[in-house]
Amino acid sequence: MGNDDKLSRRSLMTRLLAGVSLVMLSGCEKLSETTWFPKVLGLGEKATYKIQRLVLSRKAMAQEFTENDVSPHFRSNGTSMPNNPTYRKLAAKGFKHYRLEVGGLVEQPMYFSLADIRRLPSRTQITRHDCVEGWSAIGMWKGARLSALLEEVKLKPNARYIVFHCADPMEEDGSSPYYESIDLEDAFHPQTILAYELNGKPLPIPNGAPLRLRLERQLGYKMAKYVMRLEIVEDFFRIAGGNGGYWEDKGYEWYAGI
Amino acid sequence: MSVGIMHFRNAVLRATLLMKRINETICGWLRKLWKYLSSAASGGYPYYRHSLPVRIMHWCNVVFLATLLMSGLNIFDAHPALYWGKQSYSGAPPVLELQGKEDDEGDISVGVTRILGHEFNTTGFLGASRDSEGELTERSFPSWLTIPNNRWLSMARHWHFFIAWLLVVNGITFVTYSIVSRHLHRDLVPTKQDWLSIGRAIIDHLRFRHPKGEAAKRYNVLQKCAYLAVIFFLLPLMILMGLGMSPALNALSPGWVDIFSGRQSIRTIHFVVAWALVLFVIIHVFMVIITGFWNNLRSMITGYYRVESEVDHG
Repeated sequence: MGNDDKLSRRSLMTRLLAGVSLVMLSGCEKLSETTWFPKVLGLGEKATYKIQRLVLSRKAMAQEFTENDVSPHFRSNGTSMPNNPTYRKLAAKGFKHYRLEVGGLVEQPMYFSLADIRRLPSRTQITRHDCVEGWSAIGMWKGARLSALLEEVKLKPNARYIVFHCADPMEEDGSSPYYESIDLEDAFHPQTILAYELNGKPLPIPNGAPLRLRLERQLGYKMAKYVMRLEIVEDFFRIAGGNGGYWEDKGYEWYAGI
Repeated sequence: MSVGIMHFRNAVLRATLLMKRINETICGWLRKLWKYLSSAASGGYPYYRHSLPVRIMHWCNVVFLATLLMSGLNIFDAHPALYWGKQSYSGAPPVLELQGKEDDEGDISVGVTRILGHEFNTTGFLGASRDSEGELTERSFPSWLTIPNNRWLSMARHWHFFIAWLLVVNGITFVTYSIVSRHLHRDLVPTKQDWLSIGRAIIDHLRFRHPKGEAAKRYNVLQKCAYLAVIFFLLPLMILMGLGMSPALNALSPGWVDIFSGRQSIRTIHFVVAWALVLFVIIHVFMVIITGFWNNLRSMITGYYRVESEVDHG
């Protein structure tokens, strides 16, 4: 076998290898920009949701910690002071005039003052907050059980999701208010609370005063801060971008269990 | 009208010619490739070393592990610091931190890597690297090493978790296949003789003397140990540490993540094991190259390894 032949074979194979890796690298970029490929990738989220729900029992509890584990300073991420005049007026008066509106697919639409919320059965829990970015912080939360609140307003039979409408606009011009949604399995979980206290003190504004959701088996962005209104719905396709949350509309997973 | 038809005919003719030329080129390449891959060169004989399922799963792993690493580095970039313990804000500093530092004018000018309080200047690679416009920007890893190239946490997560499922399916298939086909016991589990000769194998490896001829038909003991460690220790640990970061799976048995000192330690272990796998791949590819790159590569593509006559190389 001639030397030339061997060389050309090698250069052929090298070119092939280089070609394959180049196609892979530039292909990955192009694929992310298409509309169909992220949908294929989205199958991963569906599989994760189905399988995590399958292996976890409905009432499986998130780990709880001791007071020694509490972070000295609980990090505030995203909004730390909503750019919203109505909210700022409420905050200036110590949320005395705050009313949580609960409506949608309920038998009894209601408004709850903070005092009403505090009268609901409560739960105190020291839990770990896991941000989608990768960091974790531990805090002690006290709040009203969401299940107790939902029992007061009585869900209609076709109710499937709870949508949390928030006071913090995500755009500088004051548009795109933050919102989130959870399913009923999570809504009726014992650790799912509307928190009004952090580490024994009234919930600070950077952490979502006067009320924030705690949803301990999912990532931080699901736990809406500055909650103003709960809307109970059958589906969320007609709300904002239609994906069930502000970050979901930006491409993040609706199911944030991992 | 007739001018239009003329143009059309010319275009069709040109296209046909082009197609023909492309076709010939591709066929030529394929012929060469086939000739190369199927050739049993002089002084040896072809030996069927890797079964088709093993070859397919091997190349799947190449693609999956590469994309997982690259999307993982993009995810890391969303919070480029690692901690030991249950949380990130206990007051203890991070064990590893990558950072871009600004100069007086507010431009990123230095990339810094901080390990256990020791600071290293890693400008251009870690902490700060050049973007597509050549501008130095704060990036924990350079954009050519991440999927997607730019900072895009949500897309990187979609890639990572989708491919992770494929890796798991591939892994389960491989282990099942290996047990059922006896690939595991026949080719991967070291024999008694392997264990007895391990000292010699280590010395031989250090001297870069590698099995040739008949002996290259099967894995040597160090090779077996390395593969078994990756298949049954590193990859399962990697997946377990990935699942350990899931707030939902933390609820599976509250507190199980504390076996590994908590969620942030798990994130750190996930990162370290990723680089342990990279180290394995580097050594693996190095060994493939020095023990006959083209022969090894071909055996993982066609299955056939050319056993050279030992007289030539004795």
